[in-house]
Amino acid sequence: MSPAATEKILTRNFGRPDSHTLKAYLETGGYTALPKALTMEPPAIIDAVKRSNLRGLGGAGFPTGTKWSFIPKGHTGPVYLVINADEGEPGTFKDRYLLERDPHALIEGMLIAARAIGSTLAFVYIRGEYVESWRHVSAAVGEAYEAGYLGRGLDVVVHRGAGAYICGEETGLISSLEGKKGWPKLKPPFPAIKGAFGAPTIVNNVETICHVPHIINRGAEWFASLGTKTQGGTRMYSVSGRVTRPGVYETSVAVTLRQLIYEYAGGVTGNGRLKAVVPGGSSAAILTADEIDVTMDVDGLKAAGTMAGSAGVIVLDETVSIPEALMVVARFYAHESCGQCTPCRESTGWIYEMTRRIVVGRGRKADLDTILDVARRGAGTTICAFYDGAVGPYISYIEKFRAEFESLIPK
Amino acid sequence: MEFHLINHPLDCPVCDQAGECWLQIYYMKHGLYEPRMTDDKVHKPKAVPLGPHVILDAERCILCSRCVRFCDEVTRTGELGIFGRGDRSEIGLFPGTELANKYSGNVVDICPVGALTDRDFRFQVRVWYLESQKSICPGCARGCNIEVHVNRRRPHHAQGRRVVRLKPRFNDAVNKWWICDEGRYGYGFVDDPSRLTAPLRRVGGKTLDVSWTEMFTLVADGLRRYTADEIGVIASPKMSNEDLFLLERLVDGLGVRAVDYRVPPAQPGDQDDFLIRADRNPNSRGAELIGLGRSDARAILNAARDRRIKCLWVFHHDLLASAWPEGEVLDALLGAETVIFQGTNANATSAHAHLTLPAAAYPEREGTYTNFEGRVQRFRQAFEPLGQALADWESLGCLLQAVQGAGRPSRAEECFRALAAAVPAYAGLSYRSIGDGGQMIATGSP
Ligand SMILES: Cc1cc2nc3c(=O)[nH]c(=O)nc-3n(C[C@H](O)[C@H](O)[C@H](O)COP(=O)(O)O)c2cc1C
Ligand code: SF4
Ligand code: SF4
Repeated sequence: MSPAATEKILTRNFGRPDSHTLKAYLETGGYTALPKALTMEPPAIIDAVKRSNLRGLGGAGFPTGTKWSFIPKGHTGPVYLVINADEGEPGTFKDRYLLERDPHALIEGMLIAARAIGSTLAFVYIRGEYVESWRHVSAAVGEAYEAGYLGRGLDVVVHRGAGAYICGEETGLISSLEGKKGWPKLKPPFPAIKGAFGAPTIVNNVETICHVPHIINRGAEWFASLGTKTQGGTRMYSVSGRVTRPGVYETSVAVTLRQLIYEYAGGVTGNGRLKAVVPGGSSAAILTADEIDVTMDVDGLKAAGTMAGSAGVIVLDETVSIPEALMVVARFYAHESCGQCTPCRESTGWIYEMTRRIVVGRGRKADLDTILDVARRGAGTTICAFYDGAVGPYISYIEKFRAEFESLIPK
Repeated sequence: MEFHLINHPLDCPVCDQAGECWLQIYYMKHGLYEPRMTDDKVHKPKAVPLGPHVILDAERCILCSRCVRFCDEVTRTGELGIFGRGDRSEIGLFPGTELANKYSGNVVDICPVGALTDRDFRFQVRVWYLESQKSICPGCARGCNIEVHVNRRRPHHAQGRRVVRLKPRFNDAVNKWWICDEGRYGYGFVDDPSRLTAPLRRVGGKTLDVSWTEMFTLVADGLRRYTADEIGVIASPKMSNEDLFLLERLVDGLGVRAVDYRVPPAQPGDQDDFLIRADRNPNSRGAELIGLGRSDARAILNAARDRRIKCLWVFHHDLLASAWPEGEVLDALLGAETVIFQGTNANATSAHAHLTLPAAAYPEREGTYTNFEGRVQRFRQAFEPLGQALADWESLGCLLQAVQGAGRPSRAEECFRALAAAVPAYAGLSYRSIGDGGQMIATGSP
């Protein structure tokens, strides 16, 4: 099967100007998975999701069904479902399309997920800057209440973030939702055991949840067959940077990076030469032009030394300076570090300073090794994965393009 | 280590924490590296007063969040927070608040670095010149365990004060790691100019210095001159168990019945469910157990006013600053033929004394207090008494000898041993068994 011909599932309605309305959703087969799910026992739903090989599409790629099964059995208090719609990863803009153009798909997915985990209250945490998304989701929630989908066993609260990248990290998001500063929390306990307001909580990405109705409707095996052995389905790739047709492309997770760039996004702008690609949002390690024959599933990219992350594909051609790109990325991490962990708090600013100096021609010979050493020592020592996400680019940009950095450092 | 120091101002030479700073200690132990940071440091606010006692240098802060957690979890007042993100994060006050809770000084102790320092101790003396002695806070009936920090080696620093600060000493059963601000900053009287430093005799309008030998004779003669019913004694719950026990023996021997220790303060003390007790005296329980509450202090004063009591002996109290009407107290002081005052500091009451006996303050002597729960705790001598001041047990011991010909104890421990043998509540207790953590009085005691 050529991935290029993969059927569109999540984005099938995006062509309709009224795709965000209940009417359009119903006309295209919406809310048909819900009645089916209501006849299934929760463990059966979880089992179907497990068998579908659906993996989290927010960043970490954790198997969704398995995550759901972590809710303690026989728990009596409240259980919360939280939708991560904070979409802060640079180079990622897929959830926004879903929120603006098909919010009912999310709501139906939430209804099914909530049944599976035994939740009666769900939150949608929307990135503060996503005003249009917030409007459409709020309107859709209103419609769903009116039509009686919501309010009978599941209530949904739509919450707007205040513009911090770290509030996309699931425990940071939970802190923020609880009304505190968006500081990630130490794990364990994992949110599935002790999450929002101390109750078991499942945090899932928007796109992850939007897949759920289709898995119920068309079967776990069908979904699994769309992808690779270890990850089922399609996902939405946000392709940006120096390509002819930047945008969101939905295709099988078995697609290769080369196909995405050349078949979907129309190749490098102006037929220029490809220099490097960041395959999974800014936190993913960079790949050189020779490393793009990899499949874009979680394990394929992991094997290539990088990560699928949020599937934000950033394409860099020969016109782009890698040191400058690293400086921009480093500035982002210095600005967004929440400041709780010493290595992350102190080194993101320091490393940004060093990359900036290199770019303006005031680099020192020792700088590159200092950055690598600092990054390697700090990696894995922090509360959340933010810092590891910063270390990915620090190390890979320098290791793979060292000569370019050195050429900027005065002898 | 390196991360903590890249944005740190490295101003140890002018930082009060130097010498007791964990960042400095760890650097010397584990750091000692060639610095690699050559870029500009992040700058943050410096010398920001957070409240009446604490001042912040945000650049020295390592953002450990202990101070925030103290205000959230211990005092539950929540004044502090960490504001900003990344390397711009800094400790600060929530808008409209001030770090003015009753325990604010503790954040200085738990701050591992020089970010939070004591306004009271700032720039007074380097910590490596200080000596420390175990003691008990005399500020209220809790009896928090403390250390008295003494500056002897740099007498020209800290305005010549000997006590430069008090620090809490861990005792899980009493105060954990904490003390209140009132206690922490309540040491001023020890080195105050109002200290009494010599036995004084006032004849007519003149005040004369006398020797202790003369003084003991004067007091003994005075006591002998009156019948037991003409003598009234107002002891103090600020006195140690040892002091009170010797006093009890003395008045018992004389047959004096007008003895009490309870004088209500003008302003009743506040109390909370943490450490602070309304009773601002360290040893009311001890005074009660030893039996000094035989009479009623106000009745004693009334008797003095009516000239029935002719000799009034007051320990430590400033009766004129009590809850009782000033005129009533004044009449009593003027009514008595002989007023004896014994205490650490001069006050309005001592001004009316005919005989004044200077007492050593608690860091100048040894002793024990019994706290409100019945825990007997030892405080130790940190330095010599000022001038000729004597611990109350010492002067009372001399008086016992002068009046009753009894043997004179030479150490506080001896007094305690006699107390333990005589008063059932203290049976079985000794300085050794009390140790550093204190010991409860015998069960079944009142
Ligand atoms: C620094 C950081 C930022 C993140 N931002 C997002 C985000 O904006 N949206 C998102 O869905 N997941 C984000 N994640 C991933 C979440 O922590 C979490 O893994 C995800 O929401 C779980 O949902 P999923 O299993 O459906 O992917 C972020 C993770 C980190 C470490
Ligand atoms: S790694 Fe960075 S962003 Fe994550 S909790 Fe620690 S300081 Fe905050
Ligand atoms: S205790 Fe001191 S070092 Fe720790 S956060 Fe507070 S001010 Fe900073």
